Amino acid sequence: MTTDVPPTETAKYVAVQQSAEFLELRKRLRSFVFPMTIAFFLWYALYVLLSAYARGFMGAKIVGNINVALLFGLLQFVSTFVIAWLYSRYAAQKLDPIADKIKDEMGGM
Amino acid sequence: MESHLRYLAAEVSTSTSRTLTITLFLIFVAITLAITIWASRQTKTATDYYAGGRSFSGFQNGMAIGGDYMSAASFLGIAGLIALYGYDGFLYSIGFLVAWLVALLLVAEFLRNSGRYTMADVLAFRMRQRPVRTAASVSTIVVSIFYLIAQMVGAGALVSLLLGIKANTTFLGMDADTAKVATIILVGALMIVYVVVGGMKGTTYVQIVKAILLMSGALVMTILVLAHYKFNLSSLLGDAAQQSGKGAAFLEPGLRYGVEKPAAIDTFYSKMDLLSLGIALVLGTAGLPHILTRFYTVPTARIARKSVLWAIGIIGTFYLFTLALGFGAAALVGGTAITAQDKAGNTAAPQLAQALGVRYLGGETGGAVLLAIIAAVAFATILAVVAGLTLASSSSVAHDFYASVVKRGAASERDEVRVARIAAFVIGAIAITLSIFAQSLNVAFLVALAFAVAASGNLPAILYSLFWKKFNTSGALWAIYGGLVSAIVLVFFSPVVSGSATAMFPDSDWHWFPLSNPGIISIPIGFLCGWIGTVISKEDDTDKYAELEVRSLTGFGAH
Repeated sequence: MTTDVPPTETAKYVAVQQSAEFLELRKRLRSFVFPMTIAFFLWYALYVLLSAYARGFMGAKIVGNINVALLFGLLQFVSTFVIAWLYSRYAAQKLDPIADKIKDEMGGM
Repeated sequence: MESHLRYLAAEVSTSTSRTLTITLFLIFVAITLAITIWASRQTKTATDYYAGGRSFSGFQNGMAIGGDYMSAASFLGIAGLIALYGYDGFLYSIGFLVAWLVALLLVAEFLRNSGRYTMADVLAFRMRQRPVRTAASVSTIVVSIFYLIAQMVGAGALVSLLLGIKANTTFLGMDADTAKVATIILVGALMIVYVVVGGMKGTTYVQIVKAILLMSGALVMTILVLAHYKFNLSSLLGDAAQQSGKGAAFLEPGLRYGVEKPAAIDTFYSKMDLLSLGIALVLGTAGLPHILTRFYTVPTARIARKSVLWAIGIIGTFYLFTLALGFGAAALVGGTAITAQDKAGNTAAPQLAQALGVRYLGGETGGAVLLAIIAAVAFATILAVVAGLTLASSSSVAHDFYASVVKRGAASERDEVRVARIAAFVIGAIAITLSIFAQSLNVAFLVALAFAVAASGNLPAILYSLFWKKFNTSGALWAIYGGLVSAIVLVFFSPVVSGSATAMFPDSDWHWFPLSNPGIISIPIGFLCGWIGTVISKEDDTDKYAELEVRSLTGFGAH
């Protein structure tokens, strides 16, 4: 508890939400997760659409009995793992420190 | 000839296998019940009951998420679909895995930061509590019951194989159909015990044990299958394609979904059904109540993130195993033997275990042993998942409906937990009853329906809540009820329920919706309804959104 008269809860949150630090946090978060979501969704949609409409292409053999469809499917696994790893790295470097800072400052309000 | 010999061997070893399966399963039940009773002694507060005291580590919760997610649908259903239809079964694995990115990037951490026990905590955060919590509770129960039916059907399908009950033979005086019903009731009763006694803490440990068993079992079978083909994936695929009798088409998309048909309109519907399934799979995960409540069992959002990363690793690896299991079953068991046991293919994985055991673990006894182990693992899988589902839905009844709607926030913790336990009983009973009517459907397919309902009814409301400032009570109600009702109505009038040979009611026909998965229509309806509901209402609480946004992004004031 601080000795100052605390602002109302709501006013406190609105003030934080409009602070430069929070705007930066939101910008960093949204500039990563929204484009990334669109990207993996389109990549996945491409895979589903090809499975539905490009049977000849998907059935083309690459090595032995391994065809494009199988490779494409396995690439979806790879991209999922890579995106998850990229996000965890981005979050740890760009999001967590600033979120902690805001949280600590709020704790003292 | 060879398969005939194997069949004879199976006959001889039936009783060995039966005894062993039952013994192993009883051991699993005894261990998990002991854990459950231990956990119940640690369960004192509502946080303990609903969220396991928020004491689990990222790795533990990652395992538990895997345990909740790798259901009978994944293990039995997908392996069966791959075994019967080849490549098309793999589509499920991919959709189920990619879906985790939605949970990781858009939902898990924000939910953990701003909620307490249920999905509705976030949905109702800045809304009028009672209507929104009622809606969220209804949708939680509906999604969970769809999912529960899928698991119980899996248990029913397994039992006649496991206990070796063939047509015209009996076990303890029960024929195959009676045994199925008895199994469903037994599984239902056990799950109620886990949930009522152990709460979230007990259920989480059950998930962890089950995940370890399932991963180990699948790994052993995968290694045996690959070793059989000298670790040459191409020759496994080649043999699977040849044994299936469908040739190269078996390795390509199109045998089951998006099938080319004589009439152009039928081909169009068939392709739409494939797209619909694809969308439902990828958007459903982040709307599943029993998955969402998992994020509350860890201390912070950062650990929730870590647990999702673990889950993605574990689940992804498991789906790679199912690829080997499915194609392995096609090659080593064969489609004829699989469909003879279960028309929908749900028993392909245990049948493969038996075939592998016969070849590599010392003949018929080895076959019986491996079958028993894998069967016990499959039962454990089903039991754990149904427990998770029952917990999530009973929590929602108690925390959202009873405490907030009926008691208007004035219920004591004790009272709330007591109601949750009663609700677990009731939901368990409903699921048992409904499951008895859905036995002819493929388990993976039933789960895909649950995903469609979750993606239509829950996901739009969750995303709007977290990211759209203007979203309000009216929008939330429209989104949940709009998505939910459209998904259920479309399923009800689809070929899944009536008007086809594999429908729940094959002898009647009231279907007019041509697709078997409603996602491609009902998910956009959910999003659209949320938007319409929001703009037609004057309610606009941007201050409260400030609180939600600050808390969800920073973790300030998190429970």
